Amino acid sequence: MNALIDYTLHLADNALILGHRNSEWTGHGPILEQDIAISNIALDLIGQARNFYQYAARLINDSTLQGAKAPSPGGEGVGGEATEDTLAYLRDVKDFKNCLLVEQTNGDWAKTILRQFFFSAYQFYLYQHLQHSKDETLAAIAEKSLKEVTYHLRWSSEWVVRLGDGTEESNSRIKKAVDDLWVYTDELFEAASFELLATNEGIAVDLSLIKNNWLKKITDIFDEATLRFPSREGQAVRWNGKDGKHSEHLGYILAEMQFLQRAYPNNYW
Amino acid sequence: MQIINEEKIFADKIDEEIKIEPKDWMPDQYRKTLIRQISQHAHSEIVGMLPEANWITRAPTLRRKATLIAKVQDEAGHGLYLYSAAETLNISRDEMLKQLHSGKAKYSSIFNYPTLTWADMGAIGWLVDGAAIMNQVPLCRCSYGPYARAMIRICKEESFHQRQGFEILLTLSKGSKAQKQMAQDAINRWWWPSIMMFGPNDDASPHSKQSMEWKIKRFSNDELRQKFIDVCAEQVKILGLVLPDEKLKWNEETKHYDFGEINWEEFRNVVNGNGPCNKERLEARVKAHEDGAWVRDAAAAYSEKRKSREQKAVA
Ligand SMILES: [Fe+2]
Ligand SMILES: [Fe+2]
Repeated sequence: MNALIDYTLHLADNALILGHRNSEWTGHGPILEQDIAISNIALDLIGQARNFYQYAARLINDSTLQGAKAPSPGGEGVGGEATEDTLAYLRDVKDFKNCLLVEQTNGDWAKTILRQFFFSAYQFYLYQHLQHSKDETLAAIAEKSLKEVTYHLRWSSEWVVRLGDGTEESNSRIKKAVDDLWVYTDELFEAASFELLATNEGIAVDLSLIKNNWLKKITDIFDEATLRFPSREGQAVRWNGKDGKHSEHLGYILAEMQFLQRAYPNNYW
Repeated sequence: MQIINEEKIFADKIDEEIKIEPKDWMPDQYRKTLIRQISQHAHSEIVGMLPEANWITRAPTLRRKATLIAKVQDEAGHGLYLYSAAETLNISRDEMLKQLHSGKAKYSSIFNYPTLTWADMGAIGWLVDGAAIMNQVPLCRCSYGPYARAMIRICKEESFHQRQGFEILLTLSKGSKAQKQMAQDAINRWWWPSIMMFGPNDDASPHSKQSMEWKIKRFSNDELRQKFIDVCAEQVKILGLVLPDEKLKWNEETKHYDFGEINWEEFRNVVNGNGPCNKERLEARVKAHEDGAWVRDAAAAYSEKRKSREQKAVA
């Protein structure tokens, strides 16, 4: 039960934090059409996050009813029931289970695009498997979201190619983005303890099943974009976001996102 | 002789309420007026994204966050329709953007006010989108076809925005004391700038008369303003809040609300670039455009490369 809740929160947190990051572009995109596109992806991701949070809240409330202690409360110290909003707005950094990749700063358009591409490729294969999960609710959310993610993947792939094979400047910018972000891709495929547990129960996706597909997708698009993988050597050790060990960025995201709920607690908005 | 004929055809069409289309002959001044008005309108949509985008990352619930993103995105869409409508008059989007960035083209002054609290999202939806609708519904019958058609699509979405904004305020007005105060404070700050959105009084409005004759405009600034005030004075009662105008009072004789003196000096000041956020808004637009230059260049270069590869493949 706890593993299912944690896993659901992990899926939700990934979608919310990347959606939040993308929404920072709204009104500031490089061209109107792309401003709309990136905002659209933000909306899709926040929509997915809401589905997952609502489910997690239901699970938490049910398990509290049965007398078990809720694992990642979100309701703790708040009183009352967990909701999508207590989970998003009242948990602190250590309780968030998103990957480090999604909380990285937007940087320039190249970094934003590449972050989206890495993540959408991951989400695409993940949801393809998740739609066959033993857990019917997760399966249904994955199935419903897959259409969106397919578009996100196509859109971000096209942009990676465009930037890689565009001008000298765009090529060097996306190369820099690869250097900056590559180090965060390992974590996507390193299962956290709750993932292992949930995988054993047939709920979560076995990450080893999707890693090769992901890598092949990246390789194909990188080829088309005339990009190469950076070397692994000398890359810094990174912590693990899924276990609540985040980069410093997440604290600022939450400070901003949670401001109203923290400053005016227990109000209805 | 030719010209006289064309002038007559144009005038007849206007008389008979037949839309003028891009390929039709039109007086130079008609074209210029439309370019000025439509591009100004498009710029307002785009600059207008900024004060609301300012609260996306701080929206208080996930539902509010999603709705706000969608709303700001709608405004981007409005900008797109309007730039396209203006382009039918032989001016490019690039040229229009240049005029915006250089300060030559104007946009609605309302967006030069800051958004300070969450309640501003409600006040903007209710009052600013509300005033925009009042202005824009008659434009759905504008004599220029592409503009009229763009306005029909836009107005549908704007009325949705207005309801959302009102609902934000309604929720706050039923909330805690602090929330209620937040709502009242937002209305206090947005009310006067909103009623200035209808432009100067009729006797001080330089372009109005000709625009009415060409059926670009259907009602005068003062007529629309009065209509808006009459509506809002009633709606604010539902919120249990007040409009910040001591002279606001129902007049049995005119069947309209009387209202206080508008501070036209503030209006002129903001129009002329001295509002609280003129500088920030324009800088944000220029920055987005300049930071995006390499992205647009890359997209153009790539599509060129592709085209020439395809041509080679064919040959
Ligand atoms: Fe609009
Ligand atoms: Fe609007």
